[in-house]
Order: sequence, then structure tokens, then C-alpha cells
Amino acid sequence: MFRTILCPAFAALAAAALACVAASAIAASDKADPKTNAGINPVADATAFRKFFTDKFPKVKLEEFVNGPYSMDEDLHKQWEEKEQFAPYEFALETGKDMFSTPFRNGKTYADCFPNGGIGIRQNYPYFDEKEGKVVTLELALNRCREANGEAPYSYVKDEMASLTAYMAFTSRSKPMDIRIPNDPRALEAYENGKRYFYTRRGQLNFSCATCHVQSPGEHIRAEILAPALGILNAMPIYRSEWSGMGTTSRRFITCNSQTRAVPLEPQSDEYRDVEYFLSYVANGLPISGPGARP
Amino acid sequence: MNLDRTSATRRLVLKGAGSVALIGAGVYLGFETGFGILPALAAANGKYPEEAFKQKSDADAIKALYGKTAEASDKVKLDAPEIAENGAVVPIAVATTLPDVTSISFFVSENPNALAASYVIPAGTVPAIANRLKMAKTCNVIAIVESSGKLFSATKEVKVTVGGCGG
Amino acid sequence: MRATATGDTTEVQALIQHPMDTGLVKDAQGQIIPAHFIQQLTFEHNGKTVFLANWGTAVSKDPYVKFSFKGANKGDDLRISWVDNKGATDNTTAKIQ
Repeated sequence: MFRTILCPAFAALAAAALACVAASAIAASDKADPKTNAGINPVADATAFRKFFTDKFPKVKLEEFVNGPYSMDEDLHKQWEEKEQFAPYEFALETGKDMFSTPFRNGKTYADCFPNGGIGIRQNYPYFDEKEGKVVTLELALNRCREANGEAPYSYVKDEMASLTAYMAFTSRSKPMDIRIPNDPRALEAYENGKRYFYTRRGQLNFSCATCHVQSPGEHIRAEILAPALGILNAMPIYRSEWSGMGTTSRRFITCNSQTRAVPLEPQSDEYRDVEYFLSYVANGLPISGPGARP
Repeated sequence: MNLDRTSATRRLVLKGAGSVALIGAGVYLGFETGFGILPALAAANGKYPEEAFKQKSDADAIKALYGKTAEASDKVKLDAPEIAENGAVVPIAVATTLPDVTSISFFVSENPNALAASYVIPAGTVPAIANRLKMAKTCNVIAIVESSGKLFSATKEVKVTVGGCGG
Repeated sequence: MRATATGDTTEVQALIQHPMDTGLVKDAQGQIIPAHFIQQLTFEHNGKTVFLANWGTAVSKDPYVKFSFKGANKGDDLRISWVDNKGATDNTTAKIQ
């Protein structure tokens, strides 16, 4: 079959047009048909996604892309190395470890909710829950664990969730991202939905995620250096100097939306879950580096 | 990237909350420096150099702290970034091969108060320090090393795009 | 805090959880957050001060410092104490690894 790179307009998204990203960025599914999933090819996507970045930055080793802006600039990298000697997320990590091992009021612990007691499993999130028919992220799973055990859920954007996910990420450090897409049309659709979100322009600045993180990694946006999309979630959650504190994946998606003057969604809304699924999948094989630090 | 976390290393954290005992601001900690107990110059004794921290300019702060002026020396190696990732946390380090170092201080020339930190180096302690400072804006970072009673300095301009004082 | 001895030199790194408020920043209600920062940090080995830090508000939040000193051995105690501008104090002891 002759594969062409098209920029199809999805009728369902009347207001938004897909960003026509550089042709080599991704092998677009020219025959993506939501009903039959024919043409959705995550394996080909991931290969092309990786190739785009390694071609664009031949001097950056594959595993270094997970360091975000630090993989793009030497002066930044040096400052980061110095701070990593005793990193600013250390306190969140200690807190997270304590929180993780503290039992709920009913005597159970987080370990009871997760495979392998929750240790060394972060790289498997998000996953597609075939019973529910939706993507489940780590943050979502943690709050579901709390609620199942009679505890109030944590805010997705505050320190408690950041501390917990920091600890879980830490137990998976250096393990390769390992996201599965089961042979289930709903899973493929969720993946494709996430990919679509990633490439759709939105908001007053009319930016898509790709505008910054695929077209302009390593370049400046105001005073910041943009991170490459490849492996961009591997360091989550992150301590940001700008926030003088920790931020979860949910927090980052929301602030990215507001910074591009787009309307942020609710944490763990379908699009956010799906875009996390897509971004994590195309980073398969790259090491988990969280918790991380960022400017 | 350093992914190694040797579990053998104990990680101790001092938390900011809770007081154990009240100690007044003017506490004097006497100790040996290799020259015997040094005179009460703000820099080299155990007293907190309150006046020096109140000065605005680096020149006034150096005067309040040491009572003398410094000469530039290439034996003072100041390590600071070209462009600070964020003005709130700028990693700055200094090392020197100068002998008999008793004090090392850091100044950020355009901060509201130029003196950022002043360290006392007793005999037996290596004259090299790394710390993280706030910088309000692009300006000079000055490191002063007191060696054999004389002051030597190194200066480096650090660009700051996001100010470190909460702005 | 981490203290690691290599040969006769011990390298010490300390990261302390403290807001180091400058007294220049306003909160969401427009009220100045009062200055709250560590003023002096002292490291002692065998009762002798091996390092003394005098800090102002320009030291970063969750302050960090690294230095090295000679004459200590693995297993020795290193005592760190501090006092902040409100007069609060704290201290802890770590073993040199």
C-alpha cells in the first residue's frame, strides 16, 4: 500500500485543524478510520517519532532526551548536574516514601492496590483498562486506590500527589518506559485520540503541543528553552525552579494549556489521559528518570 | 545523569519548623583557626555579620565584613553559569589554591543587599565551597577569599532572565 | 546531609528544608511574607567547628552547601546546627560514610 503523508481534517473537530508538522515527524495514518482502526499504527508512529528527534539532534544520545531542556543546552545541563548532586525534589521524595508506606485508616496500604506492591511499576503507566474501556494513569490509579480504601482523593495538582508519584517514579528509575496498547479497537482509538490532541492547534496563540515540542525543541520561547517531546514525561513529576516546588503531570498539562492561552481541561479528563498515553507510548524504551528537576 | 543512589548514604534533612531552644542573634562561637582566636573582625569570628548583610553595595558590604579591599586574583576560581536557569536558584562555587584561607564570601552586586553568604574556613577545611544563591537580575557575582589576612577576588557576570526574588 | 570520606578528606553536602523568605515577596492577599531565613549554620566534628556559614536572604530556598574538610574518619559523627532569624534552632548528627 502506498503510504502518503497527509494532514487530514477531522470533521469532528470543526474548530481545530491539525497542525501540519514536518513530514518526517510521524507517519500519519492516512486511512485512520475510527470505526475500524485501520491505519492506526502506533509501532510505526513511535519509530518515526524517535527518528525525527535523533535525526534533528544527532549529538544527543537517545536516553538523554528524557532530560528535556538540559539535553538541548550545555550551560543549562551544567547547572542541572550541579543541582542533581543534591536535588531540590529530595524532600518530596522523602515525603512520598513516608506517605506510600503509611497505612490507610482501614489498615490497607497503597501496595495492596498495585502489582508488585507498587514498587518499580511506574514505567507501565498509563495502561489501557479493558474492563473500563479507558486509559488509566498513575495519578488516577493512586486516587482510585485511596477512594477504594475510604480515603479522600488528593488534588491532582498539589504536593501530595506529586510526592507519591515522585516516590513511585524513583523506584522505577532507569527502567525503560513500557506502555502497552492491547489489540483492542478502543485502546487504539484512545492512543489515536491522544495523538490527535497533541497535534491539534488550540487557544489564542494557536499552538499545538507539537508547535513547541516537535517543531522548536532547543529553541527559546521567551526566556525558556523548549524540551523535545520525545521522553517528555519520563522525568515526571518534576520540581520546577519556576514554581519553587513540585508539579504533577496533571499540573503541567494544565499550565501548558493556560500558557498557550488555551482553556485548560480538568485533571484526568479523557484528552489528558489519552495524550499521556500517546506521549508515553512513543517514548517506549527510554529510561524513567523521575522525579526530575526543571527550570 | 546520575541515577545512582547508594542506599548506604544516609540522607538527613533538617526541617525548618519547630524550635528547640532560643539563641539570641549575637551568639559568639569561639574556635581555633590556626592563627589562634582571631580578632573580632566580622568575617573571621563566629559572630553573625549583621551590619555587612544590611549594606546595599558590594563595596560597602566588603568594607563592613572585612575592613579592607580586595585585589583580583586568578587563583580564585569562580564557577557560575553564563545564563542562570532561574534566578531563584543559581549554583555558584568557588575554589582557590591560595594558602591559609580563613574566609570566603559571595556577593551579588545588584541584589537589594549585595552580601549573600559569608563562610568561615577553619584550619583543616578545604577552601572550596558550592552553594545556591538568589539573583535579582543580570549582574556580577563576586567571590572574595581571605588568605593570610589579605583579600582576593574573582568576578563573573551571570545573566538572569527570571529574577530570583519572587518576581 | 551526606558526608563521605575519601582518604583523609570528608566531603559534606547539606540540603536543608527551609523557606528562606526574603521579606520582599507578597502573598496572594498582597501581604508581605516576613523574612524567615537561616542565619548561621555550623558543622562540628569532635567538638571542633569545621565550617561556619553566615547566610542572608539571598541564599536559595531549601539551601544547599558543599564543602570538604580533613581529619575525620568513616564512622565519625558530624554535627550540624543552625539558627534562623526568628531565633529558632535545630540540630542533627550524621555519620560520615
